Amino acid sequence: MTDKKTPLYDEHVALGANMTGFGGWQMPLRYTSDLAEHRAVRDAAGLFDLSHMGDIGVRGPGAAAFLDHALVGAISQVKHLRARYSMICADDGGVLDDLIVYRTGESEYFVVANAANTELVLGELERRAAGFDVVVEPVPTALLAVQGPRAEEILRATDGFEEDPEASGGVTLENLRYYACAPMRFRGEPVIVGRTGYTGEDGFEIWVSPERAVELWRALLSAGEPFGLVPAGLSARDSLRLEAGMPLYGHELDTTTTPFEAGMGRVVRLDKETADGEPLPFVGRDALASRKGAQPARVLVGLRGEGRRPARAGYDVVRPGADGAAGVKVGSVTSGVPSPTLGYPVAMAYVTPEVSAEGTELAVDVRGRAEPFVVVPLPFYRRTK
Amino acid sequence: MADYPATLKYTKEHEWVDDASPATVGITPYAAEALGDVVFVELPEVGATIEHGTVVGEIESTKSVSELYAPVSGTVTEVNQAVVDDPELVSSAPFEAGWLFKVDVSEAGELLTAEEYAAHAGV
Repeated sequence: MTDKKTPLYDEHVALGANMTGFGGWQMPLRYTSDLAEHRAVRDAAGLFDLSHMGDIGVRGPGAAAFLDHALVGAISQVKHLRARYSMICADDGGVLDDLIVYRTGESEYFVVANAANTELVLGELERRAAGFDVVVEPVPTALLAVQGPRAEEILRATDGFEEDPEASGGVTLENLRYYACAPMRFRGEPVIVGRTGYTGEDGFEIWVSPERAVELWRALLSAGEPFGLVPAGLSARDSLRLEAGMPLYGHELDTTTTPFEAGMGRVVRLDKETADGEPLPFVGRDALASRKGAQPARVLVGLRGEGRRPARAGYDVVRPGADGAAGVKVGSVTSGVPSPTLGYPVAMAYVTPEVSAEGTELAVDVRGRAEPFVVVPLPFYRRTK
Repeated sequence: MADYPATLKYTKEHEWVDDASPATVGITPYAAEALGDVVFVELPEVGATIEHGTVVGEIESTKSVSELYAPVSGTVTEVNQAVVDDPELVSSAPFEAGWLFKVDVSEAGELLTAEEYAAHAGV
């Protein structure tokens, strides 16, 4: 199967990006240097093409009740122009995808799925929509993200980018809250701006029509340059989200993992009720209810490397044996990078509960050598302002 | 081609070696570019006997790990401590400050000329 191209593909190539296949799309891995792009986002700003993400519109009188049924969260309680991190689970409680749901109207939402899971999520939502007065359909859109401490100034300085307080009920860039969204305009055309992201920094995600994506990309790059904004690829996106302790589907989350194991039990709302005050039988509820409060067989932890060699996804976590002997396997690394911000290796791993306490000294089998790692709380990095 | 000096020899695994005695070994700009930002370098120890075509170290970037092959056989006389301390040198100056180790050559491996290497790597 040939990878799809986003509307910004030619821009990436023209900027000299190193392109890679990701979730069925040709995406920029890096433009110049992973580290420079990562640091630009922490210190100034980065511009990301996220048009590979799956955007699914859900609208109709039954939209709120439908999403309460189809997802694990209490989506009907999300206020107008607010966003919510949620998950779609299978009947057995396994995670099919993690999602962000934006409420853009009284009975209008859009759901953002991971690129590789878009078809699956769309199919599941369509199947689960039976009996609800709702329309589920893919939304053709481009998605750009400006992430970093200078993001707000950059949007303000972008030629043709305008707030639309009339349409947004007075919401501006300045008062747009974290995990909220608002309609704004770019050269007269409506766009949706969300104060959301996957980097651990302040920033915005902007949904724009595919036809206007190149124009917006160029306008943001040119407005952002004086502020230190650079285009940033998937490699920087991965190290940024990992420092911020955010899970990546296919690594920390998959169909064999429940939200509880991933430390994400808070997104599962077993207290959701029907109009009659009965427990709401959302998909996966029975399996998840039986696991809530039970000790999972494995838990997700953060690991900080004591040495310089980073752990990688798939490496074994071991309990160090005496005299440096290879120890007993107690888990597996799901993601690992040398942290550009912190200067030491960081990793996330599933380990058995008895070795999951903060401060526990473990080791990772880095290609035959036991490298010391210690259990630390997530996230590794938290922005100061 | 200007990027790949004719005075050096190259391997299919993207190392370069010069003809000095002892010979200096590094990785090519093509390999450095493909790796991305190098964050960790493991080199053979001084005094180690190495054999051409075998793995003698590792180069790890932010995203991947690749093995370092010996382009020649011989005894390692020196390692570049500067790249161990600052692995980004491998990315920024693979032919200069980013050299990896020196070796007293006993036997050369199958080496490519600059022209052959350029054709092999497609540069």
